[in-house]
Amino acid sequence: MLFGKRGRRVAGMLLGTMLLGGVLAGCGGGDKAKSDEIKVGANFEMTGNVANYGNATFEGLQLAIDEANAAGGINGKKITLVKADSKSEASEAANAATKLISDDKVSVLVGPATTGSVLAEVRIATDAKVPIIAPCATSPKVTVENGKVQPYVFRSCFIDPQQGDVMAAFAKDNLKAKTAVVYVDSSSDYSKSLGQVFKEKFEAAGGKVLMEEAFLQKDQDFKATLTKLMTANADVMFVPAYYEEVGKIVKQAREIGFTKPIIGTDGWDDPKVADIAGKDALNNTYFSTHYSDKDESVKPFIDAFQKKYNKAPNVFAALGYDAGKMLIDAIKRAGGVDSEKITKALAETKDLKVGTGILSMDANHNPIKQAVILENKDGDRVMVAKIMPK
Amino acid sequence: MNIQRKNDLMYLVLGLVIFGIVYGLMEGGMIGSFWKLNIIIICINIIMSASLNLINGYTGQFSLGHAGFMAVGCYVSVILTTNFHMPLIVGMLAGGAAAALLGCLIGLPTLRLNGDYLAIATLGLGEIIRIVIMNINYVGGAAGFTGIPHLTTFPWVFFTMLVTLFFIKNFVNSTHGRACIAIRENEIAAGAMGINTTKYKVMAFTIGAAFAGVAGALFAHCFYIINPSSFTFMASFNYLIMVVLGGLGSLTGSVAGAFVVTALSAALASWPEFRMIIYALALILLMFYRPQGLFGYVELTAFKPFRFLDRTKGGRE
Amino acid sequence: MRSRLAMGVIFMDFGSHLIQQLINGISLGSVYALIALGYTMVYGIIKLINFAHGDIYMVGAYVGFFAITVAHMGIFPALIVSMVVTGLLGMVVERLAYKPLRHAPRISVLITAIGVSFFLEYGSMYFVSPTPRTFPRVFETEGLTIAGFTVNGQQLLIFAITLVLMVLLTYIVQYTKIGKAMRAVSFDTETAQLMGIDANRVISVTFGIGSALAAAGGVLVGVYYNSIDPLMGIMPGLKAFVAAVLGGIGIIPGAMAGGLILGIIEALVSGFISSTFRDAAAFAILILVLLFKPSGLFGKNTQEKV
Repeated sequence: MLFGKRGRRVAGMLLGTMLLGGVLAGCGGGDKAKSDEIKVGANFEMTGNVANYGNATFEGLQLAIDEANAAGGINGKKITLVKADSKSEASEAANAATKLISDDKVSVLVGPATTGSVLAEVRIATDAKVPIIAPCATSPKVTVENGKVQPYVFRSCFIDPQQGDVMAAFAKDNLKAKTAVVYVDSSSDYSKSLGQVFKEKFEAAGGKVLMEEAFLQKDQDFKATLTKLMTANADVMFVPAYYEEVGKIVKQAREIGFTKPIIGTDGWDDPKVADIAGKDALNNTYFSTHYSDKDESVKPFIDAFQKKYNKAPNVFAALGYDAGKMLIDAIKRAGGVDSEKITKALAETKDLKVGTGILSMDANHNPIKQAVILENKDGDRVMVAKIMPK
Repeated sequence: MNIQRKNDLMYLVLGLVIFGIVYGLMEGGMIGSFWKLNIIIICINIIMSASLNLINGYTGQFSLGHAGFMAVGCYVSVILTTNFHMPLIVGMLAGGAAAALLGCLIGLPTLRLNGDYLAIATLGLGEIIRIVIMNINYVGGAAGFTGIPHLTTFPWVFFTMLVTLFFIKNFVNSTHGRACIAIRENEIAAGAMGINTTKYKVMAFTIGAAFAGVAGALFAHCFYIINPSSFTFMASFNYLIMVVLGGLGSLTGSVAGAFVVTALSAALASWPEFRMIIYALALILLMFYRPQGLFGYVELTAFKPFRFLDRTKGGRE
Repeated sequence: MRSRLAMGVIFMDFGSHLIQQLINGISLGSVYALIALGYTMVYGIIKLINFAHGDIYMVGAYVGFFAITVAHMGIFPALIVSMVVTGLLGMVVERLAYKPLRHAPRISVLITAIGVSFFLEYGSMYFVSPTPRTFPRVFETEGLTIAGFTVNGQQLLIFAITLVLMVLLTYIVQYTKIGKAMRAVSFDTETAQLMGIDANRVISVTFGIGSALAAAGGVLVGVYYNSIDPLMGIMPGLKAFVAAVLGGIGIIPGAMAGGLILGIIEALVSGFISSTFRDAAAFAILILVLLFKPSGLFGKNTQEKV
């Protein structure tokens, strides 16, 4: 370690030059899209708290794009994904979106994964007239604000009211539950909104929600709250959260002796849940999601994903892939990189075969897609219901 | 007009010139919207780092919860502008006042602690503020607060920044500022000399918090939405890095630090995985080789080419 | 009559609920205690709050994870391997990052510690990906049901191993030569050096032991909760620091007691108030302790000498 005066001066200059170089490097604007490539912005949470959801969605998207490019691109043009990190933060998402749109001049933007971050970029994209596809943001607010449909925002996943509705009906009709407890992730809009919808629908159907509790993302120990929830003696527990916490919740619930059914939503859809909780704990749990992996039509996606990344896809990856497919189809029909044309094509998506089934865009820019309810039985996922869109 | 006033006038003129140039470029469309946004962010960061410098650099109190004050300013101001349709200035003043109040309340009990303990206590307080906000449904809780009018523009931010810098510079050069510096150098000796250490520590904390609140108000009206996730201790560390990089105890340093860190973050946006690793290494190397930061305790006016900016220094030395 | 019966049932329910929460709290607290020991030992000896300690705990969990999944070791060998490897890492970090700054102002060392913490977190994220990893099930036991409370086999394991390690540590510190040297250096470094103790070596060993204990905590957490990720060390690290302060920073039995108490309080807050305020409760405890008894439960009040 050179601590002498000269050493320090040299180090100081090096540091200064490095920093200055970094600043200057950032100054250069992006290049306009070359005529033989289509630029798509991928704004995802690559670092920060929800980095693993952002990364998974991006991987799905990348797979779809790679497949399209391998098949010759769209009308001969290759698609280039320009990556940006929203750092799991809404303001950074807005910043990244601005960079992608004005600097890198992308024709369309995909992501981020979380609702809050998508909402942050809606205004920017709308002002710049660049369409956004939200792959997994489920809050209705994303596409419809104050009753008005956002002209440039589309999504490729179903919305909270739909899932909450489905699960409330399932609890009441299939599981014959009269009472329920709800355990939500209070750091996630997705979870809170689903909890609310479930409560409304369940009580409207004559059921009663006895207790509502919340946890924070990245929590490890749920036993204390689960013990409390258990004292309510309800017929079913609804946990509309993401797989990281769900696995631990189910495991710990079973460990403290909770034997009633536990139900959830598409956040559960990840092989990790089974790894963490173990198949015995998962018995008697049900969740709604987009597809069943036993479905023949989904197999090509699962195989391709497994081949490229050496691991099974989770729901985020599947939604990223769907968004990619939707995007490619729209660009094909738009016949070029013109953002207005792509927007129009996206709105007209009809009966498109995506990774998880068939998808059509409805008037609110939300997809009309099937939902399935799966039961975890002895380590396997069995489809118990398939709900076609109305 | 005495020399200090002449000095201030010079700085003001300089500030107006810079404003004119940048604003002209913006309006003329020479600066793209990405850089426009970043310049606004840099100005907000300058306010944050200058206010943090007042607490950490000039008074020597190690505060790690600055993002908490910013959050308070943010939320108070958006409630007023969005729900009660008040103009931005009311939001800014209210945000600053709320944050200042919080700073005072926090400062009074915790400033009995020293160094490391204060650091962790303020870190904890920043987290508590964030967790509390996340649980208040009126402001949207974890989902954030949406529908915020985009009221922040470059002129607003620039002039607030100028006001902040002027205020802090004048504060530091006053009796109060000298007291704070004395506390930093040796608290017990300062106390022995008759300085009411608690009073000045709380004062520094309150003023720093107030400006953070104002910066928060400006920040809130940039993006149409705010979210508690923007105010974690990572955010506090970010501002700390700006202050330390620039130099604890140098206002020019805060400006430079804010500039460099924001620009570096923007430049490294294409390599997100490496960004934090580079940050970490840069921090460690900085502490090894130049712990006083870029400017140390020194202001820009100490350097020969910039002597003309400071009339208080005589003609030829 | 019926209401009295109902009251009786509710009261019994409350009692068993309380005890169940206490059991939860003790397992949680044991992990905090293991991490807190490292904090307290390092602070005692060089007055540094090692911000990176929580991330050392995380690295320990990952080393254990790889020992079990890649090298196919059983849980006890994996625990030992993780403790040794992470202990060495702790010593390396000290030698590279903290030793050169031993006489630098406190703020520089604190910032370096923050830098090391970020480096470990994001470096790990780069190498092992931010996706959480699942610990394979290596310790399957049935839960024991004693008088209506369920105690999990893994909870017992955590408590037992923590107890063993604490006893071992106390033995080392009180009855061995190196332990005596550690106590001497933490009391007065310069005089200890005058007495012929190699302070640098002692400090390295302290870091090593502290890191090894944190690693044990990490592996146990992996076994218990089954899931590890690169950012898992941040919150437990901060809470363990609170535990160390609660017990009296620099005092080993204090860290153990502080950890257990914090774990229990956290479980009670989660169970009876709301789990979203759990983290806030830990920090609130910190502030209360620092305001009313800064030397902690076991600490002595030392006045600052000028």
